[in-house]
Amino acid sequence: MLESLVTIKDALPYLLQGSAVTMGAVIGAMGLGLIMGVCMAVGQVYGNKLIRTIVGMYVWFFRGVPVLVLLFLFYFGLFSMLNLNLSAFTSVTLVLGMTTAAYQSQIFRGAIQSLPQGQLKAARALGMSDSKAIRTIILPQALRLSIPGWSNEYSIILKDSALAFVLGTSEIMARTHFVASRTYKHLELYMTAGVLYFILTWIGVRALMKLENKVRIPGYTHQE
Amino acid sequence: MENVSKILGGKEILKSVSLNLNRGDLKVLIGPSGGGKSTLLQCINYLIPPDSGRILLEGKDVHIHNKQELYGFRQQVGMIFQDFNLFDHLNALDNVTIALRKVKKINKSDAKKRAMIELNKVGVADKADLYPAQLSGGQKQRVSIARALAMDPKIMLLDEPTSALDPELIGEVLAVILKLAKGGMTMLMATHQIGFIKNLADEIVFMEQGKIIEQGRPTDLMDPRAGTRVFDFCSKLNELNEDIR
Repeated sequence: MLESLVTIKDALPYLLQGSAVTMGAVIGAMGLGLIMGVCMAVGQVYGNKLIRTIVGMYVWFFRGVPVLVLLFLFYFGLFSMLNLNLSAFTSVTLVLGMTTAAYQSQIFRGAIQSLPQGQLKAARALGMSDSKAIRTIILPQALRLSIPGWSNEYSIILKDSALAFVLGTSEIMARTHFVASRTYKHLELYMTAGVLYFILTWIGVRALMKLENKVRIPGYTHQE
Repeated sequence: MENVSKILGGKEILKSVSLNLNRGDLKVLIGPSGGGKSTLLQCINYLIPPDSGRILLEGKDVHIHNKQELYGFRQQVGMIFQDFNLFDHLNALDNVTIALRKVKKINKSDAKKRAMIELNKVGVADKADLYPAQLSGGQKQRVSIARALAMDPKIMLLDEPTSALDPELIGEVLAVILKLAKGGMTMLMATHQIGFIKNLADEIVFMEQGKIIEQGRPTDLMDPRAGTRVFDFCSKLNELNEDIR
C-alpha cells in the first residue's frame, strides 16, 4: 500500500507536466474547432449551395472516420507528403481541432436554426448587411445556446486526446505508459491517469457552466 | 410603388400592385389573411424582393444590386413586425442603439442619448435596462417602434402591429401609433383594428388574392350604402368582436 503511494507520489510531477501538454492540445483544438465550426455553421445555414455541399462533405468525412485513423492519416500520410515538418503535438492539435470543428459546426448550426428568424429580418430592415446582422445579432445568441453542447464536446475531445499517445506526444497517457512499463505499477498509475482526466473534465465543464450562467440573458428562465 | 408582382412557391402572391403614399399619409391595408398584405409590405423594403415592378422613394428608384444603396434605402424605411422581432440578447436600450452604432456609426454616448429620447417618446424609458423576455408584449412592440424611429425613417411600414397582443395591451401601442400619425409620420399599416382605421386612416386599401380590390376614404368605403367589400369585411370583424363580448 505504502509502496503504491510512493510510486504515485514519485510519478505525479511527471504526469502533471503531461496534463499541461494534454490541456495545451485540447485548448488549441477546441479553439481551432470554435473558429472553423462557427464559419462552417454560418456557411451551412446562410451560404450558397456550393458552400453548403463543401461543409456537408467535410462534416461527413470527419464524423465518419475514427480519430485514430485520422491521426495516422494526417501525421504519417498527408503532413509528410506535403513536407510539412509538424511536431507530433502540433499534428495532434490540428487533427483534433479539425475533428471537433465538424461536430462543433453542427452544435452551432442547430443553435442558429433554433433562433427566431424574425430577428434577422428586423436587422435587415434596419439597414444592416447580412454579415453584420449575423455577427451582432445571430452569433451572440447562438453561441450562448451552444455552451452546453460545447462543454460536452470539450469532455469528448479531452479524452480523445489520449490517442495522441500513439504519435509519441508526451501527454498524460504517454507518460503514464512510460512510467508503468518501467515500474510495473500498472494499476496505480493508470488509476492516477484516470483521475487526472476526470479532474480536467470536471474543471472544464464547471468553468463552462459558470460561463453559461454569467452570459445568460435575463428573463429566460427555461434555461435553468 | 408601381406594378409590383411576386410569385412565391409557384403562387402569385402579388398581382401587379400599385400604390402611392404622400408625405404624412396614413394608409391602412386590410383584407383576409393570405391576401398579400404582409408580402406587399415586405416587398417595399426588399425583405422580399419583388419579381417585377418598381419601388420609388421620393421619386427615386432603388438599385438593389448596389448593396450600400439597398442598406441606405432600408434605413429610411422603418418596419414594425407583428411579433416584434426584438433582439433577445440586448436590453431595450441596446435594441435601439445597436443599429445607430453599427449602421449609422454614431458613437456610444450619442446613440444612447438618442435611444433614450425615442424610448421616452413611446413611454418605456423606465424599462431601458430590461431585456425583451422581461417586457410585456405591448412594451416590446413600443421598444420596436422606438428602434425604428431612431433611424429617422421617412416612412413606416407596420405589419399588424397589434395582432399578437393581449386585448388590454393593444391600446398602449395604438396610442403610440396615433401619436406618430399626429406628428405627421408617413405610414402604411396592415391591421384589423376597425375603430382605429375609421377615425385615423386617410385611406383604406383593401387587398384580396394579391390585388387591391378597393381603395378610398374610410367614410366612403365603410358606408353601409356603398355596398363595398370593405363594409362586408368590417361588419364581419365587428360581429366577431360582439360574439366575443
